[in-house]
Amino acid sequence: MSDCRRQWNREDELPVYLAKPIATGPNQRQKSHGMFSSVEGAYDNKTIDFDQYAVGRKGNRSSRSSSRERIVDGDFEDYEISGGTISSPGERDDGRPGVEITDQAEKECRYEQNNGKSERLLIKGGRVVNDDQSLYADVYVEDGIIKQVGENLIVPGGIKVIEANGCMVIPGGIDVNTCLHKSYLGTPPVDDFYQGTKAALAGGTTMIIDHVTPQPGDSLLEAFEKWQEAADKKSCCDYSLHVDIPHWHEGVKEELEQLVQEKGINSFQVYMAYKGLFQMPDSQLYEAFSFLKEQGAVVLVHAENGDLIAQEQSKILGMGITGPEGHPLSRPEELEAEAVFRAITLGNRVNCPVYITKVMSKSAADTVTNARKKGSVVFGEPITASIATDGSHYWSKNWVKAAAHVISPPLSPDPTTPDHLHSLLACGDLQVVGSGHCAYSTSQKAIGKDNFTLIPEGTNGVEERMGFVWDKAVAMGKMDENQFVAVTSTNAAKIFNLYPRKGRIAVGSDADIVIWDPDKIKTITTKAQQSALEYNIFEGMECRGGPVYVVSQGRIVFEEGKLQVQQGTGRFISRKPFPDIAYQRIKYRNKVMSKQGVSRGMYDGPVYDIPATPKYITPAPSAKTSPTTHQPPPIRNLHQSNFSLSGAQIDDNIPRRSGHRIVAPPGGRSNITSLG
Amino acid sequence: MSYQGKKNIPKITSERLLIKGGRIVNDDQSFYADIYMEDGVIKQIGDNLIVPGGVKTVEADGKMVIPGGIDIHTHLQMPFRGTSTVDDFSQGTKAALAGGTTMIVDHVIPEPGSSLLEAFERWREWADEKACCDYSLHVDITHWNDSVRQEALSLIKEKGVNSFQVYMAFKDLYQLSNSEIYEIFTFLGEHGGIAQVHAENGEIIAEEQARMLEMGITGPEGHVLSRPEELEAEAVFRAVTIASQTNCPLYVTRVMSKSAADIISQARKKGNVVFGEPITASLGTDGTHYWSKNWAKAASFVTSPPLSPDPTTPDYLSTLLASGDLSVVGSAHCTFSVAQKAIGKDDFTQIPEGVNGVEERMSVIWDKAVVTGKMDENMFVAVTSTNAAKILNLYPRKGRIAVGSDSDLVIWDTDAIRTVTAKTHHSAAEYNVFEGMELRGAPLLVICQGKIVLEDGNLHATAGTGRFIPCSPFPDFAYKRINARKQLAILKAVPRGMYDGPVSEFSPMSRGGTPSASTRNSPTKAPVRNLHQSGFTLSGPEEAPVRPAGRRTFMPPGGRSNITSLS
Repeated sequence: MSDCRRQWNREDELPVYLAKPIATGPNQRQKSHGMFSSVEGAYDNKTIDFDQYAVGRKGNRSSRSSSRERIVDGDFEDYEISGGTISSPGERDDGRPGVEITDQAEKECRYEQNNGKSERLLIKGGRVVNDDQSLYADVYVEDGIIKQVGENLIVPGGIKVIEANGCMVIPGGIDVNTCLHKSYLGTPPVDDFYQGTKAALAGGTTMIIDHVTPQPGDSLLEAFEKWQEAADKKSCCDYSLHVDIPHWHEGVKEELEQLVQEKGINSFQVYMAYKGLFQMPDSQLYEAFSFLKEQGAVVLVHAENGDLIAQEQSKILGMGITGPEGHPLSRPEELEAEAVFRAITLGNRVNCPVYITKVMSKSAADTVTNARKKGSVVFGEPITASIATDGSHYWSKNWVKAAAHVISPPLSPDPTTPDHLHSLLACGDLQVVGSGHCAYSTSQKAIGKDNFTLIPEGTNGVEERMGFVWDKAVAMGKMDENQFVAVTSTNAAKIFNLYPRKGRIAVGSDADIVIWDPDKIKTITTKAQQSALEYNIFEGMECRGGPVYVVSQGRIVFEEGKLQVQQGTGRFISRKPFPDIAYQRIKYRNKVMSKQGVSRGMYDGPVYDIPATPKYITPAPSAKTSPTTHQPPPIRNLHQSNFSLSGAQIDDNIPRRSGHRIVAPPGGRSNITSLG
Repeated sequence: MSYQGKKNIPKITSERLLIKGGRIVNDDQSFYADIYMEDGVIKQIGDNLIVPGGVKTVEADGKMVIPGGIDIHTHLQMPFRGTSTVDDFSQGTKAALAGGTTMIVDHVIPEPGSSLLEAFERWREWADEKACCDYSLHVDITHWNDSVRQEALSLIKEKGVNSFQVYMAFKDLYQLSNSEIYEIFTFLGEHGGIAQVHAENGEIIAEEQARMLEMGITGPEGHVLSRPEELEAEAVFRAVTIASQTNCPLYVTRVMSKSAADIISQARKKGNVVFGEPITASLGTDGTHYWSKNWAKAASFVTSPPLSPDPTTPDYLSTLLASGDLSVVGSAHCTFSVAQKAIGKDDFTQIPEGVNGVEERMSVIWDKAVVTGKMDENMFVAVTSTNAAKILNLYPRKGRIAVGSDSDLVIWDTDAIRTVTAKTHHSAAEYNVFEGMELRGAPLLVICQGKIVLEDGNLHATAGTGRFIPCSPFPDFAYKRINARKQLAILKAVPRGMYDGPVSEFSPMSRGGTPSASTRNSPTKAPVRNLHQSGFTLSGPEEAPVRPAGRRTFMPPGGRSNITSLS
């Protein structure tokens, strides 16, 4: 294993100097001035001095602390001597991760750490992996903030030191889709904010964004405060909240504005499914999108065609199918793709960023991909379940197992779906992985034992999220470690305007850090999990990659399999509207997309007289909302430019057929009206 | 042209006719043969036919003889706010015949809330009185309830209508909701109808129209600005989804944009039974004219979905038509006079919608697709006539030159060049959207019901000679696949033992109730499961890993139940 480790490190150093700009700067070359002047650069030294470009290597640029030599230099023997512990590569063969904590002043720090209050922390010798580059550097943390990143840091004595020994040091994961407080028919999920955030931390996720799900008719603000209260009391890691809009009316606007301006919420979810409950028709969606865009919010969309689902559900129940297999049968993936397409169309029309939650099927993902190729501002979020398992389990003969997989949109029965989704994640067409964690116990699921439409929807995944992305995408060679950081953390931080406070290891960022062991192998089982759920849908799956240490708010909360958390330590992180990653493009498009009418002379020919029967009113639907009365009709702004796609028509000015207008004068021809 | 028997006075209602020396072009092959017809039916095809004396003979001189065109989409004599389109059944069918089209299929549009049957009878009356060529009717479903279902059923069974159109646009007027469309498609799928759809997202259009008017855009350009092509594509996508869910053949009327056409080709590649119909205007011109400074000209282009402002659209559509991804070309002929269009002079949403095209249809396709080398003459016949006949279940009576088929024939002159202009067209409209276009290819001679109706540029049509052609349900062209899929698509439940574990207490309040809307109309009436059903499972026998077996007792009714009481 140690050999593997060395190999791994050696290879991974390659991108480091390629990514870093050349330290000394390129030689200014002379322009050649004629055929007899010397060839450019002919006398320059052509030998590349790699050491000069290398980062984190012993070279002429900076000599690193003598106590720490890198394995790449070949002297493995004095691998690690820092405080007191010596770990040689051989020692790690026993399966323990190659990372050590040492205390320079052991007693103090042990004491502090036991209280969970270690405020100063140095992570030494790790490979810091951000979404754009990886580099070897130490990280010094104080008061929950990253204070220094670099080599040879000057740090106070007596601090706790984590020796990362070349392991990856990544920004803590951000899980953007959890439902830890969403009750179903009055029963709360078994994972509340305490259980859920514990599970999150154990999986390397240091921040969650939970969904506030008010019932139709409830006040959004009240619901928000209820959620905040619950989370403040119980959450073990930082959190933020999305607010779901269960129905649309004028009063909601005020509340939304308040939530954006005062409460620090910048993302709201709308539903295209759940007919008769949360579903909004297209015109309401249009209004909601328009309003949220003005507020600078990100619109999350639950994309499924609720009308058709309702029809299919009654059809399938009518056929006598009442088990969980009815769930995917009544929600075929086409309905998901259709709604995604419609949501994107709405987003394009309103010019508003759209974020598709829970991308579960190939066709939905392809729709997102195509839209991005056409330039739509749209983000797609697959979840742990959709990238790690598939919907064939709905046909399991074990009712409990089948019911545990019930989630909307359903897992696709196509077993090649996870693979397809990883590929799209790796190439950037899908951006963020959430978990959709919403855990109901078996007895809660059993509410729907005779009717699949009553089964509460939700799967687990907050704990397994990072591990499966690593296992399925990075370990398979689809994705590199930087993209791994991007999809598990950085992109989420950018989309929801938390960047660079979260989602990056940089000076000034929050000290939410994970030390990641790419070789750790873990078998998922209900017994070993943090969630209170009795049935883990990933039961028995092996997963490579996992956190060794998790640092949240500057404190070590997870260490070699042991969790040390405290309820109520999580802070609410407020978020500002207008995230750059979504709204920069929107702003420019706003300017470009303004439209202008054509200035024409007034039409002064005969006008057909229409009887004012209200029943008959025109096929134009807007007649009620925008009657012709409240616009200044006759005076047209003749200064407006007459933008014309077709340019001037050759016959524009020729009053061709002018004699023809009176072919049907008001008096004549009117016999047509009396025909029918 | 010559007459074998000199004694015959030339009469245009000749019942017996021989076409000699023509190249017969059907959708599958072309061959040289003579055609003999009698009483409006083709009796013999071949060389050296034995025909009675005194029969009128037409020398085709090697020119193409094709089945007469079928215009599957017209709105003749359509009522609109107390008026009606300027082309009635007489004027419109004359224009059709002049363009080589010998059959039209018109849309019956009942007012929302009124009876389908009554509207159908009214249209029949108008058409029987005036039509100069055979016709058939589509019926539009503008509202949906049980009585409409009954009427639609009797239209299918007794009246000879097999295609019904629904609207996804025209909010608060014709527009139907997704669930209504689902029910209609289910109904049509069961009874062998073709679901036609006007595909545009009416909800978003209403919002966009209000926005345009607010911005002060009141001219015809507002029409196209408020109906961008992605709304069309979105609705097509949705219609395809609903049709595939309900296993019903879908026919998208008026494919006007590239993106909508793309959705149809993709759906066909995935195996959906969907037909796309571009119209004359979308193949022959584009939407740049909406910005014309001449209001009357700009308004004459107003149709829904609008012509795409992208000038490469016609080319793209004719390519898809040639490749077979789009199936048939209609005209959506629906003409209003300038004075009628001027109802909307201060508000583009009031402009009555419709363009001409019934007369130009065949020539536009010949000029844009065949002359440019995209399409061969057989495909030309397919998209102008044969496919339409197959979809309507009229094949091979119409759409083919074969013994026993109706003698609706056109001798097509591939080299004729004519310039389209409103001065010479047969429609009563003052504007022609193809004004000034030079089109190659035109009918030389048109035979309708065995009579020569167009000869040397002179039209000899008689109003009221057109017959109603009833269409029977379950056209093979669409339903062979649908029927095969019906048998495959039967879903089965998984037979399981009853779940006997603990069930969480829940408050059965209705508001916070289940996320599914269907609980009201589909209660769990059958807890008795049919254990004889086969346990079809996609994942195969996956119970091999013993893990889940022991799992059921993992939380026995007595133990672990504290989970429910967790908070």
